[in-house]
Amino acid sequence: MMLDKLKKLGSLPVVVGCLFISTLYVAICNLAFPEGSALHVSTYTVTLFGKYLCYALLALAVDLVWGYCGILSLGHGAFFALGGYAMGMYLMRQIGDRGVYGNPELPDFMVFLNWDSLPWYWAGTDSFIWTLFLVLAGPGLLAYIFGSMAFRSRVSGVYLSIMTQAMTYALLLAFFRNEMGFGGNNGLTDFKDILGFSLQSDTTRVVLFAVTATFLALGFALCHFIVNSKMGRVVTAIRDSENRVRFIGYKPEHYKVWIFVVSAMLAGVAGALYVPQVGIINPGEFSPLNSIEIVVWVAIGGRGSLYGAIIGALVVSYAKTRFTAIMPEAWLYALGGLFVLVTLLLPKGLAGFVPQLIEKYKQNKTDKKPQEVQS
Amino acid sequence: MMNKAGSPLLAEDNISPDTRHGVILYVEDVSVSFDGFKALNDLSLYINDGELRCLIGANGAGKTTLMDVITGKTKPDVGNVSFGQQVNLLGMDETEIARAGIGRKFQKPTVFEMLTVFENLELSLKGDKGIWTNLFHKLSGEQKDKIDKILTTVGLKKECYQQAGALSHGQKQWLEIGMLLAAEPRLLLVDEPVAGMTGQETERTAELLTSLAGEHSVVVVEHDMAFVRSIARKVTVLHQGSVLAEGSMSEIQSNPEVVRVYLGEETGA
Repeated sequence: MMLDKLKKLGSLPVVVGCLFISTLYVAICNLAFPEGSALHVSTYTVTLFGKYLCYALLALAVDLVWGYCGILSLGHGAFFALGGYAMGMYLMRQIGDRGVYGNPELPDFMVFLNWDSLPWYWAGTDSFIWTLFLVLAGPGLLAYIFGSMAFRSRVSGVYLSIMTQAMTYALLLAFFRNEMGFGGNNGLTDFKDILGFSLQSDTTRVVLFAVTATFLALGFALCHFIVNSKMGRVVTAIRDSENRVRFIGYKPEHYKVWIFVVSAMLAGVAGALYVPQVGIINPGEFSPLNSIEIVVWVAIGGRGSLYGAIIGALVVSYAKTRFTAIMPEAWLYALGGLFVLVTLLLPKGLAGFVPQLIEKYKQNKTDKKPQEVQS
Repeated sequence: MMNKAGSPLLAEDNISPDTRHGVILYVEDVSVSFDGFKALNDLSLYINDGELRCLIGANGAGKTTLMDVITGKTKPDVGNVSFGQQVNLLGMDETEIARAGIGRKFQKPTVFEMLTVFENLELSLKGDKGIWTNLFHKLSGEQKDKIDKILTTVGLKKECYQQAGALSHGQKQWLEIGMLLAAEPRLLLVDEPVAGMTGQETERTAELLTSLAGEHSVVVVEHDMAFVRSIARKVTVLHQGSVLAEGSMSEIQSNPEVVRVYLGEETGA
């Protein structure tokens, strides 16, 4: 009975456990050990790994739609960026009169553009609760509108992927414009506080890391619940044979829109956690290339495996940090090479590698057994 | 009858066809053309409640198009298709038609390859097909029994927890029939159920389909004449998009028109 329950939970306790331990480790080593101590973890590292965890949450979101529902979204960067902008607006309002122009109401870039009041969509962004709502509603609404239109007219496969690329590219161009009211190509930056706590302090950084880890764990638990429910099996069935699903009485388009919206919201949350840690959000986050990179993380980590997506995001992001420090211009080649290698050698990604080994080991064992009996 | 009112949640989906006249499916004067090619030409067909009907016809006679029209995949240019007397199928999409009680087995077996046999049946069970209910759905004991019964019927009990993709071709065909049964349809449309099956498997499929008639109405499209002979009580021959002949197997075989266009080919080959 207990074992059955544990089996159902699958990798959930392991992932949550790992996140908890790493959070504890980071917190203690950053705050309790002074700089210079061998055990000290620098604030730079804390923030860097916090960023990776945001990427992991984003990868999880993409894996949910691509790995389980077969929707290859090449535009998830857009949902991430929208969540980021929602948080960025709040952080801008937190600056108050400490900006260069000292205007208590308007962010610097608006003063610079000679605007005399906040655009309507900035209303309420000084409230953290409203911001949390925007973080979910912005990406969710865009995903709902886009998904409803695309899935109802039964657009799928490559065409859908191209449309998602076009969507994120269109948003990139739109957010570059100063008139949009999101700071043009500079984006939103120079943040000072979050909820009144200085973003520069070590404690805030560690707390942000902990919050990110918590949300990643929650996101993982949510995805785990979804894919293991009957609803999740319907989604997998849609991936395998959409027509069959339709002919047994489900509406695949409803399911696809739903899962797309949930995934977009997760991406939005990831973006919102990312912005206070890196301290800037600009239209570059909408770049089509970013969205493709997310898909590469998932493919490398293991499409259709939730922890695979997390592993993929962490491994590739870490490699990117290391690699770009040594040979920045070669990174894209390395990423491409890695992608090709993994697709060729490990079709199930890194996450599929270990089970594959175990399977092989087991097979060898059963193959050997009869021989042992003979001898 | 098997339509025991269902659960109250299903009320809106549970359109039960009015079969007081003994006819469950009306197809009347239906024409479909693709780029000028008339796939169905003024075709009329009536299926009685509880009947087992075989549709035969050469390639391109319009058998699959007819199935597409009934299940809502293709909309006819003209004509009328209704389920019982009241339910007009032309105004409904595939999902609604499936929910109304028409199940379809495709020509090529289509099962959910990555799910287990059990899960395939679980998804096909009659019940609420909404998102939120399914998110928190748990199988009731009754539903488990139902799946168990179907597994026995289609002979896949041992393969219960196997991935459907790992089944043999014939087993996939059976699983698909099992999926149809799980949905408890009034009318089953079965497209080439014995394609690629061994003799023994074919025999078992024939048994299965004949046992289904009565409780369900079954329409079988098949090329295998021996198979048709073994199950058919009434056969409809399609030719160039319309009905060429209809009757018992022996009547059909002695019909000179049929012999010329269809059976003739078989004996000639």
